[in-house]
Amino acid sequence: MSSLLEVAGVSVAFDGFKAINDLSFEIGAAELRAIIGPNGAGKTTFMDIVTGKTRPDSGRVDYGEPPASLLRMSESEIARAGIGRKFQRPTVFEQQSVRDNLTMALDNARDPLSVVFYRPFATDMDRVAELAREIGLADQLNRMAGELAHGQKQWLEIGMLLAQDPKLLLVDEPAAGMTLDEREHTTDLLKRAAETRAVIVVEHDMEFVRRLNCKVTVLHEGSVLAEGSIDHVTGHQQVIDVYLGR
Amino acid sequence: MERTFLIRHPSVMIFIALLALFTLGATILSEGFGIGLISTSFVKTLGKTLCLCLVAIAMDLVWGYCGILSLGHFAFFGLGGYMIGMWLMYERTKGIVVDQLAAAQLPPTPEEVREAIGAQIFGVVGGSEIPTIWMFADSLIIQLALVVLVPGLLALVFGWLAFRSRVTGVYLSILTQAMTLALSLYLFQNDSGLRGNNGLSGLQNIPGAENISQDVVSVWFLWASALALGAGYLLAAWLVAGKFGNVVRGIRDDEARVRFLGYNVEAYKLVVFTLTAVIAGIAGALYYPQAGIINPAEIAPIASIYLAVWVAIGGRGRLYGAVIGAALVSLLSTWFTSGRAPDIPLGFYTIEWVDWWLVLLGFGFVLVTLFAPQGLGGLVDRLVRNPRAARPQPARPPQSAKEPA
Repeated sequence: MSSLLEVAGVSVAFDGFKAINDLSFEIGAAELRAIIGPNGAGKTTFMDIVTGKTRPDSGRVDYGEPPASLLRMSESEIARAGIGRKFQRPTVFEQQSVRDNLTMALDNARDPLSVVFYRPFATDMDRVAELAREIGLADQLNRMAGELAHGQKQWLEIGMLLAQDPKLLLVDEPAAGMTLDEREHTTDLLKRAAETRAVIVVEHDMEFVRRLNCKVTVLHEGSVLAEGSIDHVTGHQQVIDVYLGR
Repeated sequence: MERTFLIRHPSVMIFIALLALFTLGATILSEGFGIGLISTSFVKTLGKTLCLCLVAIAMDLVWGYCGILSLGHFAFFGLGGYMIGMWLMYERTKGIVVDQLAAAQLPPTPEEVREAIGAQIFGVVGGSEIPTIWMFADSLIIQLALVVLVPGLLALVFGWLAFRSRVTGVYLSILTQAMTLALSLYLFQNDSGLRGNNGLSGLQNIPGAENISQDVVSVWFLWASALALGAGYLLAAWLVAGKFGNVVRGIRDDEARVRFLGYNVEAYKLVVFTLTAVIAGIAGALYYPQAGIINPAEIAPIASIYLAVWVAIGGRGRLYGAVIGAALVSLLSTWFTSGRAPDIPLGFYTIEWVDWWLVLLGFGFVLVTLFAPQGLGGLVDRLVRNPRAARPQPARPPQSAKEPA
């Protein structure tokens, strides 16, 4: 199977502290993957590298078919190439309506001139309505995003990612602060998304990861400690030592 | 399309209607076209106020909507004024010189005319050569183009350098202020080619319209200023009402998020910065013929800070807020500093408003910040929206509005 994203031998240090140390990682075109690890394991830095926010000191990050290096691209170019990112705390545009939030994320031309003359045609509005239904906000389209409950904001952000129609989704702690019901909904959303694209979920919560029922990569001190099914990694002695049994 | 836009945004229609009414009213009361109830100098004050409202709209776009606290937009305003001032002064001086030389026995050569113009304009800074930057001063078309091009290009180059280095927040404000200061210090020099601290004067005399009274000219400029303000307001309202406005507000509220959505944030900032600089230039080109004089002190950083204060008092992120703030504060400022406000004798001390106006303004600014953080425009919002306040209550109290910078 050819991989969608291949990270090979990547290292990055901040003031001498090696946040990522010779990390290698691969994910296929339609795959759900969970990344777990204790604080400081390099999970967020890994996402920063893939999305272009942080430049690694060494190593290779190739993406797409044919593989192209992401290291020369800006954040917005990487996003347009099909990599979407959800932040840890929900970041939606609070002073804009749910509809405007979703419309802004739709996969349309993003240069200023096209955006100035953008008209919300019916096809786009249908797509927005469909996305809103998918994330359970169909009756909230006209509300200000800032008025939504915490879990709804998380879904809205996931909806915005789906609106971009990315090939690879990076999701940082989607279940943080959610109720049990909300978690189930989120799990379904992510699983469905992963049917047609690659989804990487960074998560602390072991129960949530178990529910995702996918391959798990354990990071520790900036490199991969173990990889496999949730049962495999939770049975892994080193993993138990550094993470589970702390 | 325009019609549906106006219907969906009644506030724009209300604004245009009020502006038209105001202009009509001022015309009827003017000396030039009406019953002469208001003086020509007051008509000029009103016309200038409209120009200040226009530059305030530009400031609101760049700061209130895009979150860039620029302390350079009054410099762009001044540059627009200088560009039109060059034509006004050159052509007017040329008219005078040609009249003077007509008395001579031999008809003057073009060189003699040029020298005489140079001596007239630059004698005050000890020169008679016409500097290179005045090479197009005899062409109204080119100087009008420069009104747009000079502020636009300066903003484009400055913005490109600043935004691509990801300079944001207060650092960007300091950078824009440094640009403004450098520009005004440069213009203060006698060899800058723009008459140093004397600036350009006599701009109220329109070449080709010498025989028309200022009573009439002032009303022309009032109409031109109202037209520019109306057009600027329409353009700004149309821009911020659509998806462009959403992206720009997104940049203000969470720049990184917009970037990860795939938008080139720097390009958007550059577009807004440059466009608003052009609007400021146009406003300045209409302002200074009404003021009659422009000098480098007009461009000093304090002017751009005032501009920010107007917009803050009026309410950021609301176009009518910017207009309210600029009109109210600049008119009050004119009243207090022109000596028309009665001084208050306290026996042991007399409050002279010329000195105390700034204290009052500062106090007002504090009051607005404390009691109407959304500005005066926010109070208008509250009045208008109160009747139908039956909006669904948020599930959680919404986080207090994030204040950019």
